[in-house]
Amino acid sequence: MSKITSLADLKSIKAFVEAKMSLRERSETPESMVQIRVAMATCGIASGAKIVMDYLITELDKRNIPAIVTQTGCMGYCYAEPTIEVTRPGHQPLVFGYVDAKKADQIIEKYIKNGELLDGIIPVNYENIEGK
Amino acid sequence: MKDLALHILDILQNSVTAGATLVKLQIEEIPSKDEYLVKLIDNGKGMDAEMVQQVTDPFFTTRTTRKVGLGLPLLKQNAERTGGNMAIKSEPGKGTEVDVKFVYSHIDRLPTGDISGTLALTVSSYPAIDFIYSHTTPEGTFIFDTIEIKETLGDLPINNPQVIAFMKDLISDNLKEIKAS
Repeated sequence: MSKITSLADLKSIKAFVEAKMSLRERSETPESMVQIRVAMATCGIASGAKIVMDYLITELDKRNIPAIVTQTGCMGYCYAEPTIEVTRPGHQPLVFGYVDAKKADQIIEKYIKNGELLDGIIPVNYENIEGK
Repeated sequence: MKDLALHILDILQNSVTAGATLVKLQIEEIPSKDEYLVKLIDNGKGMDAEMVQQVTDPFFTTRTTRKVGLGLPLLKQNAERTGGNMAIKSEPGKGTEVDVKFVYSHIDRLPTGDISGTLALTVSSYPAIDFIYSHTTPEGTFIFDTIEIKETLGDLPINNPQVIAFMKDLISDNLKEIKAS
């Protein structure tokens, strides 16, 4: 029978992650990391936002890009779901619409890594989701 | 919504928006009574009696970005489709409890779906909120408690990608162990 993951395994993961973390990473504040918010209200979830969020968390980690991926509510672009808001350190937030795993890959490779703009950006005149 | 896990992902947000600091999710599978029960209890700001009446109306929402609110109405519809029901109890300042009953053997009962992913994503998105999830089947009970996890983690954040992956494994392995459907 295969082994069942238990809380005890978390200790070894903690040790492993902490050993892997460089001093620089430890001192990283959320502001110095890429921040992504995935719109996850009913509309977003029904269109597949969960798959996109899963993909972003796994892939950003695999590609060694320090990032924080969180959920947010509906931004009012229900027609363009799943939508994500990407904030690169020191830049204005950008909202991308119709994001699936393939699009998310392009966003990581082109926008997050190199700052290249892509199709599917929702032009808006807002500061951020809360301030709307 | 294609499965129950997506519904839960959706309505957990209600508790978050209501400012809850502790959210409990209880799933109970009772094939002998032909019931599949989902209970969500939070200590958020609660609702008055009038609002409790309104929340299952698709044209009622507290948000300002759009005019419809489908989270609870869709869940209610899916429960009723199996011959089950949904009840909401709430008190302003105390919190809200949503009880959903599905008929276990009904063909229209949604598949459970990726509960482990739903919880891992929600828990990691809101590090300040504690979640307690319990799942009971005739084979046993599994309890997932973020208070315990945060204690073990110490200063390592719960939204670390490795920790998220761990939580997913922890939940899905244990659900398999108790033969959750």
